[in-house]
Amino acid sequence: MTHTVSVLVENKPGALARVSNMFARRGFNIESLAVGPTERHDVSRITLTVRCPAEQLEQIEKQMHKLVNVLRVSTLEAGEAVERELALVRVAAAPAKRAELMTLADVFGARIADLGPEEMVFEVVGTPERLQAFEELLRPHGLKEMARTGRIGLARASVPSTPRPQHVLR
Amino acid sequence: MLGSDAILRSLEAEGVDVVFGIPGGAILPLYDAFARGTTVRHVLARHEQGAGHMAEGYARATGRVGVAIATSGPGVTNLVTPIADAWMDSTPLVCITGQVRSSLIGTDAFQETDATGITLPIVKHSWLVQDVEELPHVLKAAFHVARSGRCGPVLVDVAKDVQEAEIEYAYPPRVDLPGWRPPAGVHPRQVREAAAAMLAASRPVLYVGGGAINGDACDELGELAETGGIPVITTLMAKGAFPDSHELCYGPPGMHGSKWANWGLNRADVIVAVGARFDDRVTGKLSAFAPGAKVIHFDVDAAEIGKLRHADIPVAGPLKLALAELTEELRRQAGPGHPGPVAWRQQLDEWREAFPYRYAADGDYLKPQAVLETLRDLTAARDDVVWTTGVGQHQMWAMQYLVCDRPRTFVTSGGLGTMGYGLPAAIGVKAARPDATVVCVDGDGCFQMTCQELATSVLEGLPIVVVIVNNGWLGMVRQWQEMFYDERFSQTHLTHQVPDYAQLAEAYGAAGFTVDSEDDLESVLEEALACGRTAVVDARCDPAEKVFPMIPAGAAATDVIEFPEEEAVQA
Repeated sequence: MTHTVSVLVENKPGALARVSNMFARRGFNIESLAVGPTERHDVSRITLTVRCPAEQLEQIEKQMHKLVNVLRVSTLEAGEAVERELALVRVAAAPAKRAELMTLADVFGARIADLGPEEMVFEVVGTPERLQAFEELLRPHGLKEMARTGRIGLARASVPSTPRPQHVLR
Repeated sequence: MLGSDAILRSLEAEGVDVVFGIPGGAILPLYDAFARGTTVRHVLARHEQGAGHMAEGYARATGRVGVAIATSGPGVTNLVTPIADAWMDSTPLVCITGQVRSSLIGTDAFQETDATGITLPIVKHSWLVQDVEELPHVLKAAFHVARSGRCGPVLVDVAKDVQEAEIEYAYPPRVDLPGWRPPAGVHPRQVREAAAAMLAASRPVLYVGGGAINGDACDELGELAETGGIPVITTLMAKGAFPDSHELCYGPPGMHGSKWANWGLNRADVIVAVGARFDDRVTGKLSAFAPGAKVIHFDVDAAEIGKLRHADIPVAGPLKLALAELTEELRRQAGPGHPGPVAWRQQLDEWREAFPYRYAADGDYLKPQAVLETLRDLTAARDDVVWTTGVGQHQMWAMQYLVCDRPRTFVTSGGLGTMGYGLPAAIGVKAARPDATVVCVDGDGCFQMTCQELATSVLEGLPIVVVIVNNGWLGMVRQWQEMFYDERFSQTHLTHQVPDYAQLAEAYGAAGFTVDSEDDLESVLEEALACGRTAVVDARCDPAEKVFPMIPAGAAATDVIEFPEEEAVQA
């Protein structure tokens, strides 16, 4: 099963290395990884997706919590979190094909980030599943190159029934 | 003052009395500060690995944080083995290493290595200090992290220019580590459940690991065991956590543990794990381990609970507090006069009677077990003995035959299995506890890995006794080759004679002894123990002797290979 784990770390040199090393050392595989600033300048957020059984997830959470730079570890449960990813996709776009591609892009809310004589670059934001679908539809047109950020996530604001929507260790 | 002086003032503020190290280019400013004066005694090792194991020995014998100092590059890479050893055995260690100047970091400068990078998987935390203002805070944090929660090693890598920089020194009164919060208490409901499960059990055992010693919980453990009348099984790392000579102590389980301890652990209906981690050397084949047992797991490190074996009742928290509360709860729930598991203890006693440690004294060679028995008997009247060991057959015989009735008296390399640990660890123990009788039981293979530290011992005036159980082979590897590789003894023969250990000892200024018969054994060991100098006893033993009982790697813990019955004489 795929799990999204959100980790708040001190914004210090080596913090990411310590987290990723823990995964490597204990034989856990990271599917995607996104790192960025938070509302606090001294805190960064690492969002990881891992595919593993529930017991292994528990072990991952506990091991991460032991890292001195790690402030909080939360697992974002499906349905209780907003998850987004951004992708840039360069696709073959001969003039005759452009209208079709733009219709497709419209359905996915993708923007044209750049346009050349034979290619164009789309920018699309959405759930990882939605990005996957967009990619599959573009592929037959000649997908040249793609970059994805890896997913980021936050607990939903609209789930008042759960006082702490994230599973927080300690 | 200078950054280098600030390091020493910080060590003094932490109450450090002895450190172990070797100078070099990038740590020169710190050594200049030693020359300017400090209350900290510096023991000059001959190899950084030695310095690291000395600091570990110091830590294990005292419970205080050990400190090792090395230079950059090869200095710190030589420290990697002791750091890994301390990581595996949860030994509190602060390693202070020099780093090239800040301006040179990342340029592949002379003796530059990425110290924090190389040690990343084997430290609790590490710091590369490039700003002198951070130095006191980092050192304060380093000591705090090393000894709080589950103990372990940390590394402080200090750029040379930071050691030379001016600082207005003040040691911070407290640490600021928002992400480091080891558990301070235990959940009362889990303690209640644990006590209830223990009282409901008919075959309970306490399975005690090194965490009981690290967590300073041995008094509480004794109280708990006696209150419940519960058999205590102590792992290699827990030897001495509960008195070996106590009637409730059933000693070590595992690959070379006793049959009674392994059967006890595997046939228990409730296992109370205390600071133990279900290591493969204890459990054997994990899926076949103690199949019927309910597991109650006490550990200060929550990540150990459920890591290998599901815990029916997990209790994360400091063991000293947890065991005290558990005893209290046990008393409350049991009421007065609860007899404890009497029939179960009788069963264990019967097994102990039926399957003692055995070996055959066949006359041709001095038997290694006899060396251990003689050492045990010669020191039986002393209450000041601290043993250290290397790794291998001699270590297992030491575990089986020596008697340790106090915590911190059996100092060994468990998790990493570091050959060469024994001699430098003994130096660290003796430096920490000059009053103690310190005996290193070593193997000939192990001794040769760190024997240069004899110079350290002799020049520091440390009367430790090294007893080499010299079988002329890498004995444990030989045993595996004999049993599992059709007696193809590939690259394991070291010989009894090269080197001549007694002459080697004399060359270092130590006392050297050689013994190869049981007739002289007692007198030679007595003389070595009494000589008041660093002493090396070369006890030339049977090269073919194997350690029994043995659970082969990957086998179920109940499938014990016994000593061949027909040759057996009772040990």
